[in-house]
Amino acid sequence: MKNTLSIAWKETRTYFVSPMAYIIMAVYAGLAAYYFVTSISGVLPEATIRGYIFPSTFIFTLLAPIITMRLLAEEQKMGTLELLMTSPVRDYEIVLGKFLAAMASLLSLLVPTVYLVILLTLFATPDMGPILSAYLGLVFFGMAALSVGLFASSLSGNQIVAAVLAMGILLILSIVDLTSSYAGGIFTELVLQISITTHLESFVRGVIDTHDLIYYVIFTTFMLFLTVRSLESRRWR
Amino acid sequence: MQDTTSIPMIEVNNLTKYYGEYPAIENLSFTVNKGEILGFLGPNAAGKTTTMRVLTGFMPPTSGSAKIAGFDVVDQSLEVRRRIGYLPETVPLYTEMSVTDYLDFMGQIRGMDKQWRRRRIDEVIGICRLGEYRSSLIGKLSKGFRQRVGIAQAILHEPEVLILDEPTIGIDPIQVVETRNLIKGLGGEHTIILSTHILPEVSMVCKRVIIIHEGQVVAVDKPENLSGRLRGSEHIEVDIRGPAAQVMTALRDIPGVQEVTRTDSGDVGSYDIETASGADLGEHISTLVHQRGWGLLRLQPIQMSLEEIFLSLTVTESDSA
Ligand SMILES: Nc1ncnc2c1ncn2[C@@H]1O[C@H](COP(=O)(O)OP(=O)(O)O)[C@@H](O)[C@H]1O
Ligand SMILES: [Mg+2]
Repeated sequence: MKNTLSIAWKETRTYFVSPMAYIIMAVYAGLAAYYFVTSISGVLPEATIRGYIFPSTFIFTLLAPIITMRLLAEEQKMGTLELLMTSPVRDYEIVLGKFLAAMASLLSLLVPTVYLVILLTLFATPDMGPILSAYLGLVFFGMAALSVGLFASSLSGNQIVAAVLAMGILLILSIVDLTSSYAGGIFTELVLQISITTHLESFVRGVIDTHDLIYYVIFTTFMLFLTVRSLESRRWR
Repeated sequence: MQDTTSIPMIEVNNLTKYYGEYPAIENLSFTVNKGEILGFLGPNAAGKTTTMRVLTGFMPPTSGSAKIAGFDVVDQSLEVRRRIGYLPETVPLYTEMSVTDYLDFMGQIRGMDKQWRRRRIDEVIGICRLGEYRSSLIGKLSKGFRQRVGIAQAILHEPEVLILDEPTIGIDPIQVVETRNLIKGLGGEHTIILSTHILPEVSMVCKRVIIIHEGQVVAVDKPENLSGRLRGSEHIEVDIRGPAAQVMTALRDIPGVQEVTRTDSGDVGSYDIETASGADLGEHISTLVHQRGWGLLRLQPIQMSLEEIFLSLTVTESDSA
């Protein structure tokens, strides 16, 4: 656990001293503000944050891989993985440490958007329940997206390859539910269950369904497990 | 001989590692005793890095076994990794970190507590003479200083065994000398295995040498004996304008000359003169040529390149094997 935290802390520091952290933060804040303003500029505006929560899934599909691409690919390219893996640290501790750091980076993206919520409370009386649950859902969604990104980063020594691969996987996992109407029968349900975006819907409505929580937790655990195996397999090459 | 020399710290037994079909090392066996500095000498692609990666638990062997401080590198990898300090050949470092931050991180993942880390970081910065650069970003340091940071992280947690993969490769000559002295000073306390493809390096630093070639041990000896075996003779190449037969005889008559061969004929002849080692006959030859009224157009002492040395070494050893 100590090793995990040491690695997480080191990665978090590295992330926040890089300009990338602030570029990503600005991009997300800008897009969230844009979608938010568009959504409340209609004829009958609703005092909700749905306007930027739903587009966020797509934005995270692009940003999460950028946050994670460095984490393991760089270690492989620079050879620092050799020193990490010959230190008395277990492979899963490395993966968990990196993942925690990625989570911290992702949470930092959400911080500026709190300003939008404050704006909303100044001009209307929004129902805070759905707002909080939507944020919770977004965090869980982001967690799943980061786990895919970390896995991709373990597969390649090239950050760009890792990022594009993760974006591809996430894109497929987010739009797979669109095929549900064509699938038919049991497949309709299966496709809807696999999609990482469908599980966000109830959160946005203000309902925290344990079934959705479990989905994200299992999904993430599975991806992290694959990442550990991928690291382990490096030893056998 | 001290008592400690009899305690084996590294025991390698029939170690074999295949990359696919290709054997990088085959049936390697050797022992390193406590406090010893062992040189692991071999040309490129001999299998030095592969051996070290197996010893450090970075990759498992295909067959055979290795123990460090009594722990098996495969079955008790974590125990082994607690006891080793490793400097990989490429000196991989986190370039975006400062020297002290980096050392602190490496200390943390080696399980050092805060006090121990603070004390040791100061110590190793002193030992590796990094004082001026303690808050510099590693990416901004020269190759030689990065090497020192690499050594600093390897000795930080006071490991029993140090594994150094070509620690002087690619740094400038002055720093090479400093690095060698540094490593020499670490022996005794640590058990060290150091790989190199530079023959003089092992004579300067190590008490015992293992020479490997194409993944196999070809010789184990003390460095003094090795250099003696290798440095049997030296060569001088000269171009002399003069009557070939007379020149040959005159050169052969110089005391210390063992053999003269003519490599190019014509008005100006090229000659290869083999002399006893340390004879240093350059001046002698030029005086001679001058006295006879011939023309000396070129005089060049030839040093055997490392490749040749290895070639001669590995050839003789495998012939006798
Ligand atoms: N990861 C690898 N995959 C395939 N072949 C390798 C790998 N690493 C090293 N080799 C090969 O194994 C042999 C020994 O390499 P190495 O242990 O690096 O030698 P050295 O360190 O003595 O130069 C070389 O022929 C090299 O090409
Ligand atoms: Mg090597």
